Amino acid sequence: MAVKADLTKHKGVWVFAEQRDGRLSTTSLEMVGKGRDLADKLGVTLTCILLGKSVKEPAAELIAYGADRVIVAEHPELAEYRTELYTKIICDQAQIEKPEILIIGATPVGRDLTPRLSFRLNTGCTADCTELDIDPEARLLVSTRPAFGGNVMATIICPEHRPQMSTVRPGVFHVPARDASRKGDISAIEVNIKPEDVNVRVLESSVSEGHCADIQDAEKIIGVGIGASDDVSFAAIREIAGLIGAEIGGTRPCVEKALIDHGVQIGQTGKNIRPELYIACGISGAVQHTTGLSNAKFIVAINKDPNAEIFKFANIGIAGDAKPVLQAFAKELKQRHQEQ
Amino acid sequence: MNIIVCIKQVPNVTKVSWDADGSLIRSGLPTIINPVDKNAIEAALQLKEKHGGKVTVISMGPDQVQEALLEALCMGADDAIQLTDKAFAGADTWATSYTLGVTIEKIGKYDLVITGVEAMDGNTAQVGPQIAEHLGIPLLSYATDIEVSGSTVKIKQKLGDVSRLLEASLPVLITVEKEINEYRVMPIDKILEAFEKDIPVWGADSIPADVVNLGLKGSPTRLRKVFSPKLEKGRVEMLEGTPEDISRQLADKLSAKFLI
Repeated sequence: MAVKADLTKHKGVWVFAEQRDGRLSTTSLEMVGKGRDLADKLGVTLTCILLGKSVKEPAAELIAYGADRVIVAEHPELAEYRTELYTKIICDQAQIEKPEILIIGATPVGRDLTPRLSFRLNTGCTADCTELDIDPEARLLVSTRPAFGGNVMATIICPEHRPQMSTVRPGVFHVPARDASRKGDISAIEVNIKPEDVNVRVLESSVSEGHCADIQDAEKIIGVGIGASDDVSFAAIREIAGLIGAEIGGTRPCVEKALIDHGVQIGQTGKNIRPELYIACGISGAVQHTTGLSNAKFIVAINKDPNAEIFKFANIGIAGDAKPVLQAFAKELKQRHQEQ
Repeated sequence: MNIIVCIKQVPNVTKVSWDADGSLIRSGLPTIINPVDKNAIEAALQLKEKHGGKVTVISMGPDQVQEALLEALCMGADDAIQLTDKAFAGADTWATSYTLGVTIEKIGKYDLVITGVEAMDGNTAQVGPQIAEHLGIPLLSYATDIEVSGSTVKIKQKLGDVSRLLEASLPVLITVEKEINEYRVMPIDKILEAFEKDIPVWGADSIPADVVNLGLKGSPTRLRKVFSPKLEKGRVEMLEGTPEDISRQLADKLSAKFLI
């Protein structure tokens, strides 16, 4: 690229904080936690940039979760996320303040926004990372992401351009502890939006009706795969989920069969989960799925193929047809519930 | 209406296998058009059928990318342009978007650029939005429906759990989701026409590109290392017996760990 950055002029870690109707996304808080860690390793400040219609309250929350400073851009036109409006405000501010790192949650908004930011800022962006760290000698952001459909992991750096940008998959990092006594600076920037800046009109906007469990934060999850996607097995899974208080997620083929919602898809193109208990039913364990399981604490796998990959990840394995096992397990749990 | 569709040829990663050491076997993987890019071609063809115009498909890659472009012509695209040059090799998403963006500028008059949301090998979802930035046109992403009337385009957008209806004036770049359509089986007449067509190969000299922005040299990101994800091989305890026996054992073990 023609224009390389003067590296000495760039300092500080930035996080783009995403909110909707004044509520911060869980992923934004995860980014604040990781941003804090990176900023501490570099000995620099952590700044969040927050855009919306009225966002002073969530700005204070960002301080409580670990930010040193929050840049607030408020304007009625910013109520609904729009790529170009958000890009302009963030890029203009980044060009003035010159952060060395900018990280963003790889949510649908983050994945829409970040590439445009990075192209305008003449810098690279590593998408959908599962790990971020600092190389202390080179003062470089080191980003790790699954590639090749999750079959390999790639470690990527951006040595000569700034800010170093990465998006991070939701659910990979923990939400840090909230500390209401933390102090920080909240500074509002002036927002000028001219009519010619508004090229896209949002005619309608609605949150999907279908109940979509917040699977990233669930303590117990039952995963459904093609081997347990028949009506009888799925009914048993729902019964078990009700009895033990688990959420139901699953593999991409089950999303494609419309058995479960995309919002509860686990793995490469879905969510990363970190439950205490994960029960994988009729899931063979393709890497596309298992990359989402690295933070699951205890895994039970039921699969008819005794050599299935999923057993390499499991603590308890059951080699057999999922249907009769699930039916019997539902019955067993029901009986125990009634005895209590 | 002139529509440009950008497609990527990808290894069929669902056919990946591992050798005895747990390394990925890369050689001999069949290549395919990135599936959601076929939905992008289909969306363009449907708009052309409704509004008239021309569909041009472009793709950057090694010589074999011509197979993907031929397939696009067989689906019914009017023209295809292949971008192949050693200077393009090693491009990250920035340099790829730059190369495709400059190519689109060279092609000239367009009303719509359509891409798939993301490629199944890289899954970055960056190239579509970055081309839009290069061209300085609005991005309408995650489209599950496109409707054009006059110079206005509306899309249904699936922004995670939020559904939106967006409107903009042409030209725009749209990234499509696979739900947008079922792509067609190649019609016989189009297959016959396709084999009559020439697929021009454009190199770095054919497009108004600044060579420092191309390929590895033009890429801000660098690959430091590639490794296989560690398989966390726990010592799995296999339960045996009838479904009832197994269920009893499982319930006992999970209760003992306070997991149920």
